Amino acid sequence: MTQTDTVEPVRPETIRAVPVRHPGRWVSGAIVLVLAAMLVHMLFTNPNLDWGTFRQYFFQGGILRGLVATLELTVIAMAMGIVGGVVLALMRLSANPMLSSAAWLYIWFFRGTPVLVQLIFWFNIKALIGDVSIGVPFGQTFITWDVNSLVTTFIAAILGLGLNEAAYMSEIVRAGILSVDEGQTEASQALGMRRLKIMRRVVLPQAMRVIIPPTGNETISMLKTTSLASTVAFTELLKAGEDIFNANYKTIPLLIVVSVWYIIITSILSVGQYYLERRYGRGSSRALPPTPLQRLRRNLTTFHVKPQTVLERS
Amino acid sequence: MTDNVPAGDLMVKAEGIHKFFGRLHVLRGIDLEVTSGEVMCVIGPSGSGKSTFLRCVNHLEKIDSGRLWVDGHLVGYRQRGEKLYELREREVAAQRQDIGMVFQRFNLFPHMTALENVMEAPVQVRGEPKAAVRERAMSLLDQVGLSDKMAGYPSQLSGGQQQRVAIARALAMEPKLMLFDEPTSALDPELVGDVLDVMRQLALGGMTMVVVTHEMGFAREVGDSLVFMDEGAVVEQGHPREVLADPRHRRTQDFLSKVL
Repeated sequence: MTQTDTVEPVRPETIRAVPVRHPGRWVSGAIVLVLAAMLVHMLFTNPNLDWGTFRQYFFQGGILRGLVATLELTVIAMAMGIVGGVVLALMRLSANPMLSSAAWLYIWFFRGTPVLVQLIFWFNIKALIGDVSIGVPFGQTFITWDVNSLVTTFIAAILGLGLNEAAYMSEIVRAGILSVDEGQTEASQALGMRRLKIMRRVVLPQAMRVIIPPTGNETISMLKTTSLASTVAFTELLKAGEDIFNANYKTIPLLIVVSVWYIIITSILSVGQYYLERRYGRGSSRALPPTPLQRLRRNLTTFHVKPQTVLERS
Repeated sequence: MTDNVPAGDLMVKAEGIHKFFGRLHVLRGIDLEVTSGEVMCVIGPSGSGKSTFLRCVNHLEKIDSGRLWVDGHLVGYRQRGEKLYELREREVAAQRQDIGMVFQRFNLFPHMTALENVMEAPVQVRGEPKAAVRERAMSLLDQVGLSDKMAGYPSQLSGGQQQRVAIARALAMEPKLMLFDEPTSALDPELVGDVLDVMRQLALGGMTMVVVTHEMGFAREVGDSLVFMDEGAVVEQGHPREVLADPRHRRTQDFLSKVL
């Protein structure tokens, strides 16, 4: 790759021809430009948008507390989803028919009902189970709690979102595990490794490459799904905004405040996802893809773009 | 039957091994003995059951009937009186630690470097201290001619290099027996020699080896014995030079006339 670059070979004459014209592209481009201009014009001139209110509330205490609650809910529900997902996936792949059918039933139920219904269900759990006690199954009880004191709106939101997420995550984890070649397990067995160790050291790290991208999507989706918790009176970001515009009727500016916060967090998560995928891509390709920063630096320092030559097997 | 644990210098003893995959009768009564230090090459057409037999030796496949001993221990079972008891996963894993295996498709761990691949089992399975294992792993990689590739990931190595890492990985557990399942069949022709050289060195060092292969040259030079298998049975067995030069059976003659 390097030695041929130093001596410029004699290049055959390049073809010079009149390129095909694309009038359709010019027309469609013009339409998009006009629409974009109209949107920008509206953003600046429409008084209902009320950017003053936007600025006033963007860093307001209630909004920020709602934001923190949203982040907490996202992190905890996702953690529950991932841990539960791994457990459910291992159960489904287990040789024990009781375990695998229990996992199948769980997934069937939680994927079969809307998450909003599940949230409302957990919020009203008192109507189903009055008290929770610890004791002998079907027998004597030792300690008893009132369910409402245990399941606060926060806990209800976590249970609703987390248990539902576990069902989806388990399918992602299972697909990841199944994507790892059978030969990996055999090679590990031949070395005298045992099942759990093979799973932890060999299979799961390789499954990660398949698991991470959809998990990133799930996390981003979860961030936005937490807004459903506003319906069970849990004060997260959307509810914080609602509480304010219910008092001052500045609905649109506050919805924009909330939306901008969601977009900011989603963007940050996307960047994190990129780096995580890069880390677990180790060994899968000959060279790691460059980070956006590296790519930017390279684009700024090289002036002409050479066609990428294919690396040959040594 | 109960007390005939093979004598000390027998590394592998197989008695009437049968194996079915569903209704397919893959092994039809295999009797074989491999003494310590012997290099046995197993040849035969594809589907003859040679790989399956090899996989039975370290219990990657369960045999359906017969008895199989490695180093005097029944593989996969414990015998008390007339009764056989299946071994627990822990015990099977312990047996496998003494048996190294090299696969046709290398099966290196792609998320670990060459060095990490070799270090994995001694550290994770035997719990040896990392520093000592690193030292040994480096000298093993040096032995297979890869001292400059230790930090490389499998995807950065050629097939021949990967297979040599795989051999070093198996050797890191200091096995008494090495099983090779067509170790050069997935390699480009010009890379085969390096792998065979490593195996030849290993044989010279006195390692007991069972090699399923299509490399007749290797079998002739390095092998102490040659086994020809067809349709799940051992058809012919003897010294490699004699079998290759003067096969007794029609089926051996047919096979050899096609590959030589």
